[in-house]
Amino acid sequence: MDMSSRVILPVSLESLPRRQHATVAAIDWARLAVPEARRLRELGFDEGVEVEVLHRARLGSGPIACRIGRMTVALRRAVAGAIHVAPLAG
Amino acid sequence: MNATPLVALVGNPNSGKSALFNALTGARQKVGNYPGVTVERHAGRTSFADGRPVELIDLPGAYSLDPSSPDERVTRDVVTGAQSGERLPDALIVVVDAANLDNHLRFTLQLIALGLPVVVALNMIDLAARDGLTLDPAALERELGVPVVPTVAVRRRGIDELKAALGEAVRQGPVVALRAGDNSVHEDIATLQRRARAISLAATVSETPVRRWTHAFDAVALHPVFGLALLGAILFVMFQAVFAWAQAPMDLIQAGFDALARFITATFPDSILRSLVVDGVIAGVGAVVVFLPQILILFFFILMLEASGYMVRAAFLMDRIMASVGLSGRAFIPLLSSFACAVPGIMATRTIEDEKDRLTTILIAPLMTCSARLPVYTLIIGALIPDTRVLPFVGLQGLVMFALYVMGIVGAFFAALVLRRTVTKGASSGFMMEMPKYQMPRARDIVLGLWTRAVIFLKRAGTIIATTTIILWALLSFPQPPAGSHVSPVDYSIAGRIANTVVQPIVQPIGFNRDISLALIPAMSAREVAVAAIGTVYSVDNPDSDNGNRAMIDNLRHRWSLATALAFLMWFVFAPQCISTIAITRRETNGWKWPAFMVGYLFVLAYIAAGATYWVATAIGL
Repeated sequence: MDMSSRVILPVSLESLPRRQHATVAAIDWARLAVPEARRLRELGFDEGVEVEVLHRARLGSGPIACRIGRMTVALRRAVAGAIHVAPLAG
Repeated sequence: MNATPLVALVGNPNSGKSALFNALTGARQKVGNYPGVTVERHAGRTSFADGRPVELIDLPGAYSLDPSSPDERVTRDVVTGAQSGERLPDALIVVVDAANLDNHLRFTLQLIALGLPVVVALNMIDLAARDGLTLDPAALERELGVPVVPTVAVRRRGIDELKAALGEAVRQGPVVALRAGDNSVHEDIATLQRRARAISLAATVSETPVRRWTHAFDAVALHPVFGLALLGAILFVMFQAVFAWAQAPMDLIQAGFDALARFITATFPDSILRSLVVDGVIAGVGAVVVFLPQILILFFFILMLEASGYMVRAAFLMDRIMASVGLSGRAFIPLLSSFACAVPGIMATRTIEDEKDRLTTILIAPLMTCSARLPVYTLIIGALIPDTRVLPFVGLQGLVMFALYVMGIVGAFFAALVLRRTVTKGASSGFMMEMPKYQMPRARDIVLGLWTRAVIFLKRAGTIIATTTIILWALLSFPQPPAGSHVSPVDYSIAGRIANTVVQPIVQPIGFNRDISLALIPAMSAREVAVAAIGTVYSVDNPDSDNGNRAMIDNLRHRWSLATALAFLMWFVFAPQCISTIAITRRETNGWKWPAFMVGYLFVLAYIAAGATYWVATAIGL
């Protein structure tokens, strides 16, 4: 993979603290299976969209629930890990 | 126009489509299946504002015209005219959740591009307002170029306006002649999404942050500890209710059938026909119909959990556990429904996107203790397990019943684990689900749902079960032994001979007696038939004795050992004794391969489990 095209960001949606508002900076589509990527787009995930982690099922494993727009979506952590976010101030 | 216009309701999941469908059609609806695929087809009648009739179909919720599950495929095929057995709709009602415009409008844009007349129902506008969202329907109408009607389906608000707009749209006919395959329909999702967001922004007058109430409740419902405790409590209440609340209506139904049998016995002279009606039909159908209250209570809970939005939370909590055997949290929903009946459970798997994941869920669904097993369990446990207390408040009979449920669940998890590593091997499936807002289930929707289930169940009891018991009765009654013969009538009959020569040698090693051999074959049609079959065997065997439940229990106590009874119960945990489940599996998997596999592996498990139980029980002297 061409290193220059890789977006390196410290925070993924998986590790975003609860209730911290953020915007989607980049989605690493290559890490996702084709149907997963399509469903993610259909649920509205896209660069620039505002997101927030609402709940985590369990510490360490299990899915997370996040808010996107006015919708709540459950995702597995592996998928959340492919979504890079930029925390918003405030 | 000669035919009644056909209008399809389309929209995202959770847009309130079904509530709108109920509001438009009332009780004039028909649930069936699309040919070839088992996706329920909900059709009903409504009318335009001027009273002309309209046929309305409710399509499965979808996110786009690019289907990722069987029911989304039906939605696409119907709106593009590609679904066999369905004509192209004359118009579409696109239902959108007013509080979720930017997401739902994307699908709306795709649907408008199809070129059919479209009316948009801006649904749940009251909840959006409560949520701090003020919308401008006129602005939305301008942006989309199609009529937009604000509705509150559950309160029947906006329904007349919707009918009027629909009449006008159908009268005007297609606006643009576009069909599937045209590129604008398949515009890239991201582009459509951006357009949808821009339109949503233009239609939004003001907005404050979102629903606090749902979030506050989710803080408990999705909590790693409290959430699981709540789920456990809900399931406990549900199963408790199935047994406790159902008792009175069940006694009433039983009394009704008993009275009917006594009335016929007293009114008509003894004849073969009377024996057929009393011992065959009334005993057989009665033994099954008596379980209607339990089935309805179970479905009541499942419908409530679904309609309230809680079911998806349960799937969220269970995802981790389901993932450990290679399934996803989504599989929890069909598996829970399978406790009522595997048939709707297997049908509910169609929302699972991953093919292997769905197949595994279908294959293990029959292991959930469905309500048809209850008659068998209740009879055998009541007759042969001593009614003693193991601990204060814990009876041995209840404990055995509980253990049978647990065996089913453990068996299912073990089967999933093995299947996912062998025959349904594949990449682990994902879990990505929209979590709907909580809402109060509408009594009307729940009643309609229960009514549909009751009709399906009674039809089944009246057809399949009545037919098999009549056939069994005939096979048990003929030929009759010559007068003075010492051979029992059952052993002399065709059914007795088949059981003694074919079935008995196979099941003897696992401790099954002749009664069980006789009951197993008719019980292939449905598990509960086993009870009716054993009853019929005893009444044909002793035509002069009393035929009630009491007599049956006495017979069981005399003829069965405890080891045999335990082996029989264990057999029923695993054995795929249900024609409907096999048939639905064939339809859902499009062929005989998977149902054949399912029947095979479950019979092998049943044989081993029953055998092991019998041998161990005999060894320890039971």
